[in-house]
Amino acid sequence: MRQRPLLVALLLALLLAGVIMASLLSGSSEVKAVDILRALLAGADSSTPAGAIVWHIRLPRALLAAAVGGTLSLGGLVFQARLRNALAEPYILGVSGGAAVGAIAGMLAGLAMFPGVALTSFFSSLLVMALVLLLARGRATSRSESLLLAGVMLNAFCSACIMFLLSLSQSSQVHHILFWLMGDLSMAEPGQMWLFPPLFACFFLILIHARPMNLLLTGEESAAALGLDVRRVTWILLGVTSLMVSLVVSQAGLVGFVGLVVPHFFRLCCGPDHRVLVPACILGGGAYLVLCDLLARSLPAGGEMPVGVITAMIGAPIFIIMLWRTRT
Amino acid sequence: MNCLMVNSITVRAGTRTILNRLECTVRAGDFLVIIGPNGAGKTTLLKALCGLVSVSSGEIKVMGRPLADYSRRQLAATLALVPQNLNLEFAFTVEETVRMGRAPHLGLLERERQADQAIARQAMAFTDVAHLADRCLNQLSGGERQRTMIARAICQQPKIMLLDEPTASLDPAHQLRIMELMQRLRREEMMTVVMVSHDLNLAALFASSILLLKEGAALCAGPPAEILTQDNLRRAYGCAMHVDVHPCTGTPRVSLVPGGAS
Repeated sequence: MRQRPLLVALLLALLLAGVIMASLLSGSSEVKAVDILRALLAGADSSTPAGAIVWHIRLPRALLAAAVGGTLSLGGLVFQARLRNALAEPYILGVSGGAAVGAIAGMLAGLAMFPGVALTSFFSSLLVMALVLLLARGRATSRSESLLLAGVMLNAFCSACIMFLLSLSQSSQVHHILFWLMGDLSMAEPGQMWLFPPLFACFFLILIHARPMNLLLTGEESAAALGLDVRRVTWILLGVTSLMVSLVVSQAGLVGFVGLVVPHFFRLCCGPDHRVLVPACILGGGAYLVLCDLLARSLPAGGEMPVGVITAMIGAPIFIIMLWRTRT
Repeated sequence: MNCLMVNSITVRAGTRTILNRLECTVRAGDFLVIIGPNGAGKTTLLKALCGLVSVSSGEIKVMGRPLADYSRRQLAATLALVPQNLNLEFAFTVEETVRMGRAPHLGLLERERQADQAIARQAMAFTDVAHLADRCLNQLSGGERQRTMIARAICQQPKIMLLDEPTASLDPAHQLRIMELMQRLRREEMMTVVMVSHDLNLAALFASSILLLKEGAALCAGPPAEILTQDNLRRAYGCAMHVDVHPCTGTPRVSLVPGGAS
């Protein structure tokens, strides 16, 4: 059951490259595969229609999906490890509620999706998250429950705000907002590629904390007895994770389920070692969301459905089967 | 040489005082067993010694140096703790668990070397868990799990080992094995051992000195024969016990007496 980190990473990187390729080759406009490959090789400034489709629509969307999937999976992994709670997910610290309130307020105010709504949702999610951390701070950061409770409570309050805002809005806007709430990658454009440098920095910071995360899994006192500065590592992990999750949420809405299922899936098949799990979640989570997005935009006859629908429809059954087969 | 010096420490939790101006010293090579009634502060003392609870007054010196001067990592390389409770929700294998003991010797970006793996293998052989290397911790018996945790502590290569009731919930044969393991650690690895225990007879058989705690302060400390007297035990536990001499070893033997606690 114990896998080597490099081998797992390599296999999943190949998988990710494969699904990105597949998603480049399929779409609503009928372009021949040969034309797409030629446009890819020609570079970003090729002026053919195929080049425009690949470089301006399909590739940004596939890359955004990979970034969102990888980030949310990694976020779930970190929160599950740090809070030592199997049900923790990347939105647990109020990131989702905060982002949603900000985004909906932005949409209702008539701001453009980018950068207007992205900014309002990013900052409101950071605000709520900071509030959660602050609330839990006085009562010993070590105690996972106080963080969880503060997150759940603020998320509930935000949900009420969302419903309030929705009931104020006109029906023409509601469809748009609902799509965003279920996760929506259709807004992807080349301009969003600035997302990658900060995300990679976050991935790196978490990757070098893989061993401390292993120690944390054995319990806080046990980790401290092994020389880990639990408080400092906690702040780094929670801070970095919240930041990267707010970043992707502000771009793609609330894509659910990925962050809960992907870490558990890899834990069930690779064991609890974070030196394997961190790269596996980044690459595997990315591949999973690219695949889901591919299905989300090719399954319905006309148009597309929110990717969050697919992530849950595929993820839940796979997860249940895995759980069923690994019972002792 | 004194390798642990506890100088009048007080530990509070909210308004409650858990340790009250406690004094004690542990010499290098000692096997100190801390005994005392529930709530006397035994576990808290152990946690204070490894810096897991903060001390509101007084000072602890480890190897002659104030505890506050150590970084967490330096402390973990000097002093290993075998905790009482383990989280088994996400189970690692025995080998993975033991190798975690190398953590205080590795920087954030450093990878485990061959030498680290060799140390882990030796530790597993020492506590006789090498044959379980690939088994998950949650599939082991209580005794095997305890030996794994002791191997992890050995892997830290500490000078002092602290254990919190390592023999609780083990059968008599396994209790004996753990205690004999501690003796071998003292003799072969020159370690100082500090253990919290409720088992007065095991303490009498193996300890080189005993610290008897009551209500957060040291009631008395010294060799087993001096500490384990009927008088001391009644004062500490509020319970009459019969103490005589162990027929095989000549150490004190403590027997409970029905009705003694009333």
